[in-house]
Amino acid sequence: MSQIYKTDDLIASDIDAYLDLHQHKTMLRFITCGSVDDGKSTLIGRLLYDSKMIFEDQLAALEADSKKVGTQGQEIDFALLVDGLAAEREQGITIDVAYRFFATEKRKFIVADTPGHEQYTRNMVTGASTADLAVILIDARKGVLTQTRRHSYLVKLIGIKNVVLAVNKMDLVGYDKAVYDAIVADYTAFAASIGITDFTSMPISGFKGDNITANSENMPWYHGPALLPHLETVEVDATADQAKPFRMPVQWVNRPNLDFRGFAGLIATGTIHKGDEIRVLPSGKTSHISRIVTLDGDLQQAVAGQSVTLCFADEIDCSRGQVITAANTPCEVSDQFETTIVWMDEAEMLPGRPYWLKIGTQTVSATVGQPKYQVNVNTMEHLAAKTLDLNAIGVCNITTDRAIPFEAYADNHDLGGFILIDKMTNATVAAGMIHFSLRRAQNVHWQATDISREHHASMKNQKPAVLWLTGLSGAGKSTIANIVERKLARMNRHTFLLDGDNVRHGLNKDLGFTDADRVENIRRVGEVAKLMTDAGLIVITAFISPFSAERDMVRAMMQPGEFMEIHIDTTLDEAERRDVKGLYKKARAGQLKNFTGIDSPYEAPENPEMRIDTTKLTAEEAADAIIARLIP
Amino acid sequence: MTQSLTHLRRLEAESIHILREVVAEAEKPVMLYSIGKDSAVMLHLAKKAFFPAPPPFPLLHVDTTWKFREMYALRSKAADEAGMELLVHQNPEAKARGINPFDHGPLHTDMWKTEGLKQALDLHGFDAAFGGARRDEEKSRAKERVFSFRTANHRWDPKNQRPELWRLYNARKAKGESMRVFPISNWTELDIWQYIHLEGIEIVPLYFSAPRPTVERDGLTLMVDDDRFPLKPGEVPVMKSIRFRTLGCYPLTGAVESTAKTLPEVIQEMLLTTTSERQGRAIDKDQAASMEKKKQEGYF
Repeated sequence: MSQIYKTDDLIASDIDAYLDLHQHKTMLRFITCGSVDDGKSTLIGRLLYDSKMIFEDQLAALEADSKKVGTQGQEIDFALLVDGLAAEREQGITIDVAYRFFATEKRKFIVADTPGHEQYTRNMVTGASTADLAVILIDARKGVLTQTRRHSYLVKLIGIKNVVLAVNKMDLVGYDKAVYDAIVADYTAFAASIGITDFTSMPISGFKGDNITANSENMPWYHGPALLPHLETVEVDATADQAKPFRMPVQWVNRPNLDFRGFAGLIATGTIHKGDEIRVLPSGKTSHISRIVTLDGDLQQAVAGQSVTLCFADEIDCSRGQVITAANTPCEVSDQFETTIVWMDEAEMLPGRPYWLKIGTQTVSATVGQPKYQVNVNTMEHLAAKTLDLNAIGVCNITTDRAIPFEAYADNHDLGGFILIDKMTNATVAAGMIHFSLRRAQNVHWQATDISREHHASMKNQKPAVLWLTGLSGAGKSTIANIVERKLARMNRHTFLLDGDNVRHGLNKDLGFTDADRVENIRRVGEVAKLMTDAGLIVITAFISPFSAERDMVRAMMQPGEFMEIHIDTTLDEAERRDVKGLYKKARAGQLKNFTGIDSPYEAPENPEMRIDTTKLTAEEAADAIIARLIP
Repeated sequence: MTQSLTHLRRLEAESIHILREVVAEAEKPVMLYSIGKDSAVMLHLAKKAFFPAPPPFPLLHVDTTWKFREMYALRSKAADEAGMELLVHQNPEAKARGINPFDHGPLHTDMWKTEGLKQALDLHGFDAAFGGARRDEEKSRAKERVFSFRTANHRWDPKNQRPELWRLYNARKAKGESMRVFPISNWTELDIWQYIHLEGIEIVPLYFSAPRPTVERDGLTLMVDDDRFPLKPGEVPVMKSIRFRTLGCYPLTGAVESTAKTLPEVIQEMLLTTTSERQGRAIDKDQAASMEKKKQEGYF
């Protein structure tokens, strides 16, 4: 049966002809989705086995393992072929994304094998992001389950257009057509409700090999294709990508000497020819393609999916992160978007906190707004949410610190798909997909005013600044800030003191002390401080501001040199001993939640402009030191 | 006009993309060069990625002093032709203690390769190292990321790997931490051979069959490549027509009997063979899940 997939005769008789045949293979990446017991690993093992990707030594090991830990009695347990890591072999489950490879005469296949349980939405989304096709497995004995709905929703979310519904374990329901028909009818109704209108269904048995490489004699009532022939012939959308407008994110500027300047990248969509007019975004500058350079000689044309180096006829600015587009069909540029976010980190999303956002070849700073709603991946219901935690999916607005070229994810995965990276841990914390740019980004403009910030400052005869005092509760921030302001007033300086407690009585009275609220608290204070520096003031702030990410965010809002981070440094023991407001006592007694230093972390500044050790200096001395630094 | 890209062209474009991402984002990248066929393909892809500039990083060979002589011969030639600096590191401690595959078993790999690699990376302060590992080689490799994150102690934590979506790789790291990057993750052994054939890439002649002096040890056919091979009393190497499917330290690398003298013949044999590529490697069978354990310790 499997002979048809390996042309042993041709290999033996005419290897050159065989090689020629295989140089023209195409590639299909697919993902298999199923619940824990749907027989997913078994199916993949079966595909590897039937396409003869299993060698004798592996088979011998497999047979030995099957007897030892297999779940199929004396028969070969194909699942053992693909369950890789030692830990999961013991637990009998797959715990991460694994990639498998096999090839037939017509195609090379890359299979992303991902686990099915709910806590691993992250892995499935990861595996699906590079897939052209999804095989959704259903256990014929169980029918459409919650997991099936979840997997289908994720497949739709990631935008996989080719869907195969494989009703597995048909051998265990007596190859009954009625069972199969009922499941397909069930699934059709559900699929339509989430927008999957087109899919191919087939009854199979991965364990027995029915309808895998060829149509099974056990199910003569089924006239559609077997799985492997379907995978070999299904149309992949590669040619559709070439028909789209030209886009290439610039990866690297190749400048080996003064005579050569090329822009290296992988073409996301479209086709480019020598002589074509291009536009670089976001700058909007235009030029013509003078050369398409490769090691194998210059090309006349290059298409989506190729990695090339482009040269321009004119010396226009272009660097990593920018996007080269067709001159007359450029993409949009914006700094505010509506997006779907899949949260992938143990630590929950913090609306307002800046994360790195990587899209194409560009990395920018971005903040995520509070979710408009979260999606229950089992029922597709929209739920109200303040944040997103591990494996949660929600729709959120995102604001970037500068305008970036983009396209809707539905049109272009390379220019519409992004990841978020935690600035402290560098972990990839989320994946996101752009829906569209927010109109307000296009419609809200900066109104030019006649009195500039320089004018404001010069009228006050001073340089604006932000003295940002950070430290534990009870460190002495408010006391020192107050003395600093008093002294500055005496020196005729125009100041304003923003105090943590005071701001919470008004501007921020709607905020509590969760991590998310602390982030928003600091963001608002930062924006207020920024307006005050525009008015020419010296702003003194006294906030615990426990997270370095937000302190860095405020720093980035200010003009260079105007932000002074001052760590009012005291040990926790000392602060707790002072306990001016009795808060530590309450926190220790469990009456106060999320108290910095007790059950909420304080991230001390690594490189503050100043560090005041309150165990060595009095408040008065500290204030003098700060002023000496501000006005040398 | 629509142009259909073959699987090899897609793999090539993906690998070039990965190589360029690392050069754009890492501070001090290096390419680990083991002189084998996978390294040869990786080096070829690097030439393509940065043409007309030479690849903007050095090659690093973590040497065990026990490679085949023909491998050493190709090493400098390949680096010269690519216009790249070649760094060779031999673990001084392993050298001083005379660690060898005959007397020291697993310690040989541990000291020369695992420790040697860590030493070399620390010595030069490389923050990203390209390796020629493929996901199809071995089960625990199937889950390896393209960008594999390592702690400051070079440890790999399989439970704490960054998700990789689309073509987006997160290369950010703290000081002291590093990345191992595998540009040919998605290539199979057959892809490698087909690409070598298609592109005319030079590889070590040991991949082709020739009469060579051999002895049998623990079911492996070993080649007596130099006079350091301890022959048993009365043992005389037998000339056999052999070739190698993978290349490592000669006393640890099993040969196959073969008559394949050309690339198409090698590919033909590979396709008709019934054993996997790593079967000739003594290192994988030392213990159950051995590769996974070695990787956690810092082996590539």
